[in-house]
Amino acid sequence: MRFYLQQALNALQVGSVYALIALGYTMVYGILTMINFAHGDVFMVSSYVAFFVATALIGSHLALPPAVVFAATLLSSMFATALLAVAIERVAYRPLRRAPRMSLVITSLGIGLLLENLAIAFRPVGPAPRMLPALIPSTTIVVGGVAFSALQVVTIIVSAAAMLGLDALVRHTRVGIAMRAISWDSALVPLMGVPVDRIVSMTFAIGAAVAAVGGTLYGMTYTIDPYMGIRIGWWAFISAVVGGIGNIRGAMLGGFLLGAVEIFTPVFLHSSTYRDMVAFSLLLVLLVFRPTGILGSPAAQKV
Amino acid sequence: MNRSLLLTLAGLVLGSAALVSCKRAPDKIVIGVNAELTGSIPVAGQSCRNAAEFAVAEINAAGGLEVAGKKYPVEIMVEDNEDKAESAAAAAQKLVSAGVLAMVGPNASRNAIPAAEVAEAAKVPMISPWSTAARLTLDARSNAPKKFVFRTAFTDDFQGVVAANFAQNYLKTTKPAVLYDVASEYNKGIAEIYGKTLKKKGIELAAFESYTTGDKDFSSLLTKIQQTGADSLFLPNYYSEVPLQVKQARKLGYTGAIFGSDSWGSPELLTLCGGDCEGLFFTTHYAPDIATPRAKEFIAKYQAAKGKVPDDVAALTWDSFGLLFQAIQAAGKLDRLAVRDALAKISNFEGVTGSMEFKGTGDPVKSAVVIQIKDGKFTYFQTAKP
Repeated sequence: MRFYLQQALNALQVGSVYALIALGYTMVYGILTMINFAHGDVFMVSSYVAFFVATALIGSHLALPPAVVFAATLLSSMFATALLAVAIERVAYRPLRRAPRMSLVITSLGIGLLLENLAIAFRPVGPAPRMLPALIPSTTIVVGGVAFSALQVVTIIVSAAAMLGLDALVRHTRVGIAMRAISWDSALVPLMGVPVDRIVSMTFAIGAAVAAVGGTLYGMTYTIDPYMGIRIGWWAFISAVVGGIGNIRGAMLGGFLLGAVEIFTPVFLHSSTYRDMVAFSLLLVLLVFRPTGILGSPAAQKV
Repeated sequence: MNRSLLLTLAGLVLGSAALVSCKRAPDKIVIGVNAELTGSIPVAGQSCRNAAEFAVAEINAAGGLEVAGKKYPVEIMVEDNEDKAESAAAAAQKLVSAGVLAMVGPNASRNAIPAAEVAEAAKVPMISPWSTAARLTLDARSNAPKKFVFRTAFTDDFQGVVAANFAQNYLKTTKPAVLYDVASEYNKGIAEIYGKTLKKKGIELAAFESYTTGDKDFSSLLTKIQQTGADSLFLPNYYSEVPLQVKQARKLGYTGAIFGSDSWGSPELLTLCGGDCEGLFFTTHYAPDIATPRAKEFIAKYQAAKGKVPDDVAALTWDSFGLLFQAIQAAGKLDRLAVRDALAKISNFEGVTGSMEFKGTGDPVKSAVVIQIKDGKFTYFQTAKP
């Protein structure tokens, strides 16, 4: 029992990161019906921003307490990544908004490759793996045989806060209402005076900022490298599809489901090597029975 | 049109005549170096080139290598294999056609194995400094030893046994666990030999868990290992992954011993691991702080010449050149086959990485060392004899 509780906690930690990134995929799809494959690499950039900010602050003479450094790192990574996503949308996606969807998808793949290779070519980043300085004490508390590390607890709490905040924003603010309206009917809503371009920019910014929360937490837990966004991006994308792409609560649910797949595959099968097979099989089976994902609703074709 | 063709032909004839005449009356010794100068392990390739330059500079400062009463200057011809199997084979081919007497490198097994096929087919002696995979010196089809391929490192068959002995005798493990990358031949090879050796000693593995290259979250597998009550954890994995495995194991409350293999031996490990790797052990080729006078002299001179402490690859490359010089002198002539025969018969070579003996095959009989990470440095702990 303890064993499964421990694994459930592990799954919660891994799933949090998938859920945070899946949100960016689902929000952009919801508003533009476009899959932004550069999102995983935007997540990678957010980890590097966090790395540089945290290293600079820890190494500076300010002698800030780690909690302040953590907050500053998180906020600056969110801000910088949001700016990057807005810039990408403005330069690469907006001119193609009236083009076939496939052009947008291919462009986003290209932007992803561009970000990866820029990171490798950029000297301070380079191909070698890096690790963020320790901002959270590496203490572990054992409760009833289950080991809670401080980092794990912080990851789960901060992710939950980000997700609840996003959920509230989409449900109750004017921007959120505008986003939902555009995803409901992108032809009619502009006629009612909703500034579509600004709302699309906001969507990209919010999606990237939420991914940056994941990127900062991920960078504190694991090593970061320029190709880290590929696998995690794919897993987050599957999370979004499993949960029902376009549906925000679905993306969160999908993220935690995929986290559970990652952790529980080696528990029941011999090696973690089978993980991708299990995840993609799950996706295939689900798409056969529920093509719109768990929480997705069938798209009503408007005539 | 015809004239230019004629000119080219004439040039070719003259060129080959020059090559032939060069072969007939050699006035220098040319040794090829096939190194990973670009690609994912450029640090290894640069160490290999630095040590080669250093070895040759030293012998030339003494007037050259004396073979059968005559001194020959030594030259190296360096080729980049880009850390790619196909480029490694092409680089070897290029060196062979350039007429080198012998080749040193490549270093990583994934490059050394294809280059070794070229060397064997062309009958040119080749020494890989760093490759530990058993397959390097074995024929791909018959599994018999190759004739022209040598190495200065020990093999993984030996390293796995050393690790098992260390676990039994020093760590006194009764419930050993292994976590290894199943998708990488090196990791898989050592893990399996380690497990088999322990089984022979009557110690059953508590856990034998595997993952795939590129994984970063090991919490599920480590929780499984923790669940078995394991008292030692063997991680024969690369330096970029080990810090994550160590940190995650400790976060899950694992307090037992952790140790690894020669793939840990990069300063990068210390950077990524911080204080979490303090006190851990790994098996490797050589320890810069062991006090054999020969090693000390090499380290001091290399440091003066190249400005850094020689790593594994540098020390092993230096030893490869030492072996080659000794074999050329023993052969008494600048002939590839004679050098090969002399190499296979070297019964006692005192290298920086320990003494080596060849018993007719390409694999040396040599010791391994166990290193402990102490005060953020790789520190010599003990020697394991074959």
